[in-house]
Amino acid sequence: MAAPKIDRSFTPIEHSEENILEVNALKKYFPIQDGILKHTVGYVKAVDGVTFNIKRGTTMGLVGESGCGKTTTGRTILRLTDGKTSGQVLFNGQEIYDLSAKEIRALRPKMQIIFQDPYSSLSPRMPVSEIIGEAVREHGIVPKEEFDDYIEGIMSDCGLMSYHKDRYPHEFSGGQRQRICIARALALNPDFIVCDEPVSALDVSIQAQIINLLQDLQEKHNLTYLFISHDLSVVKHISDTIGVMYLGNLVEYGSRDDIFDSPAHPYTEALLSAIPVPDPIVKTNRIVLEGSIPSPANPPEGCKFHTRCAKCMDKCKTEIPVQKEISPGHFVCCHLYDE
Amino acid sequence: MADKKDLSYLSAKESRRITKENRKITKEYEKQISRKDVPESEYLTKMHNDKNILEIDNLHTYFFTDQGVVRSVDGVSFDVPRGATIGVVGESGCGKSVTSLSVMRLLQRPIGQIVDGEIRFKVDDDKAYDIAKMPIAEMQHIRGKKISMIFQEPMTTLNPVFKIGRQLDEVFELHDKETKAEDRRAKSIELLEMVGIANAEGVYDMYPHELSGGMRQRVVIAMALACQPKLIIADEPTTALDVTIQAQILDIFRQLKEKINSSIMLITHDLGVIAEMADFVVVMYAGRIVEKGTLEDIFLHPAHPYTIGLMDSKPSVNKDVDRLYSIPGKVPNPINMPDYCYFRDRCEKCLDKCDGEYPPLIKISDTHYVACYRSEDKEVKE
Ligand SMILES: Nc1ncnc2c1ncn2[C@@H]1O[C@H](COP(=O)(O)OP(=O)(O)OP(=O)(O)O)[C@@H](O)[C@H]1O
Ligand SMILES: Nc1ncnc2c1ncn2[C@@H]1O[C@H](COP(=O)(O)OP(=O)(O)O)[C@@H](O)[C@H]1O
Ligand code: SF4
Ligand code: SF4
Ligand SMILES: [Mg+2]
Ligand SMILES: [Mg+2]
Repeated sequence: MAAPKIDRSFTPIEHSEENILEVNALKKYFPIQDGILKHTVGYVKAVDGVTFNIKRGTTMGLVGESGCGKTTTGRTILRLTDGKTSGQVLFNGQEIYDLSAKEIRALRPKMQIIFQDPYSSLSPRMPVSEIIGEAVREHGIVPKEEFDDYIEGIMSDCGLMSYHKDRYPHEFSGGQRQRICIARALALNPDFIVCDEPVSALDVSIQAQIINLLQDLQEKHNLTYLFISHDLSVVKHISDTIGVMYLGNLVEYGSRDDIFDSPAHPYTEALLSAIPVPDPIVKTNRIVLEGSIPSPANPPEGCKFHTRCAKCMDKCKTEIPVQKEISPGHFVCCHLYDE
Repeated sequence: MADKKDLSYLSAKESRRITKENRKITKEYEKQISRKDVPESEYLTKMHNDKNILEIDNLHTYFFTDQGVVRSVDGVSFDVPRGATIGVVGESGCGKSVTSLSVMRLLQRPIGQIVDGEIRFKVDDDKAYDIAKMPIAEMQHIRGKKISMIFQEPMTTLNPVFKIGRQLDEVFELHDKETKAEDRRAKSIELLEMVGIANAEGVYDMYPHELSGGMRQRVVIAMALACQPKLIIADEPTTALDVTIQAQILDIFRQLKEKINSSIMLITHDLGVIAEMADFVVVMYAGRIVEKGTLEDIFLHPAHPYTIGLMDSKPSVNKDVDRLYSIPGKVPNPINMPDYCYFRDRCEKCLDKCDGEYPPLIKISDTHYVACYRSEDKEVKE
């Protein structure tokens, strides 16, 4: 049996100098193989045509329900998955999937990632100084004689003490481990960091410390972040622009105020209305979404959200909506905005 | 991590001594709670206020660990009125779960023990038991029947190898052996529908792994409701779920409260969830209650510096701040609690007086209590 066809066509984009990252029609499919013969019988369409830009020195928030493809988007942008399915990823105007292994290795320090789980992403048998310093040495970021001072400087930037250097990860609390992960990424002097749910596993009071740290570091080092989270209040606090994902698609994308003050997509509206507000006087007018998110291996035809959308029209069931700019910088994929 | 170091400095000899001593203490407790044929009169009690379904009174629950005694719950008192929802908030490790496990008598034995206090529970219209004094064996008449618990991780309740239907049927069977198999099945399916599972008959024949996290949590809620309990304890029931699923589950709780008029004890660190669901709020810090009151008391007039810090450190979609407040420092070591206000070392508002003994819980309005010297001038005397 032949593998199902994938549409890999897209219209290439031009690089614009103010953007550090440009993602165009990006797809990442994971093959589904049948039991014995390992034929590809279908695809999990984890990322299914995603387009956005991030300006240098800004933060883009990426939100959506679990399994909608946020992590896969972040990893594919960094070329941490085994290839993209189609589309473009331009980092400083350079298609990163055109780079040789050697070139991508040289570029690695510039683009880093911080993971959700600070417990499993640190090697248990390495002392903190090694965890932070290993790649610094490997990439020759600083001369040998400056190495110790450099690591101490980074640690202190991240709120770690110099006496923490010889300790091992298990001796730290969740919040401190997340600081170590941030220090490890920062030590390579990156321009761009994907933060994948960096505070979701932490207590509210520790969350605040880490968010403040990320913001301070951004200012000091002119960093650009892609901040992935399902906590919309955190995303609102930290982001300049926000993308909303549903089943592998970026259904809406715009400035923070576009998304929170004038959400255009019915899914964004539902998502925003679901946030519990810590104020007993504010009563939200909740849009409760029926059912759960369909499987990305077998998404609904037409608009993927139509099975749960209260505003669904006939054409939504068959025609895929395309991304439209409804005001400068505010994009939405929904037939409600068809002319 | 200074205090962690202190712990590991415990010499082997010292640690052995502690272990031996603990064994002696816990053996006594175990003997007491495992007794058979205890007359009901021993744990029969009276509610202090007939409107309450549960009254936790000066509860002390300790863990006798090899490093020393952890005073996880150290003098906690609050009431759960009938039909009301009580929200319990506080930082990780402050004793929220231990409080609820004490009510269910599901503490890790033998190291976890209720060492003092009463847990008065109104079993029916004219009878109340002190759960803290009940022999463990008697708890089977309470657990699941009169009080149910919903845990954060649904798989702690569900058995991966049995179909959903069988697990639900079992709950009915456990509490009423007389029912017929097909009646149980019908009841189970009805419950699954009640918690908003669309394809209830299909789900009845599925295994837990075939369901999403949100659906599993609904099944667990269905199980908890099977016997129409008077009190539902939900420990972080939506923390592992997405906001949209969380909204669905909270909706179910609200409807259920109306349908079966039960009380809910809702444990969460999400202040937004509390604001939406609770009638009364209890704020815990390091094993004690630092503030309690109505929802309005706590959210509109928070009095304890910890409560205020907690409110300020959470970003909210309806307020914009440049920088989030973060409470400095960390929780004291539970084995080595200071003899002054537990929050003093992190408190930005402390007074000279705060070096003195731990502040008593004072009443600052008919419904609002706080343990802080700052509020002394607001105290209302009875
Ligand atoms: N089985 C145990 N043995 C020893 N100590 C324990 C045990 N269970 C809990 N504790 C201790 O009791 C204290 C309170 O724990 P508890 O689980 O009630 O916290 P919590 O408030 O529910 O926190 P979280 O928000 O993380 O769920 C902690 O210091 C914890 O380490
Ligand atoms: N390595 C993989 N192989 C197959 N499927 C995957 C793989 N990684 C992710 N997926 C699937 O892709 C979808 C998107 O996943 P992910 O990007 O992790 O979501 P999110 O981060 O938004 O929760 C999910 O259905 C997930 O199961
Ligand atoms: S395209 Fe149609 S179904 Fe999809 S979100 Fe818009 S209105 Fe709803
Ligand atoms: S008693 Fe003193 S130290 Fe404790 S919370 Fe109140 S002001 Fe702060
Ligand atoms: Mg993810
Ligand atoms: Mg807990």
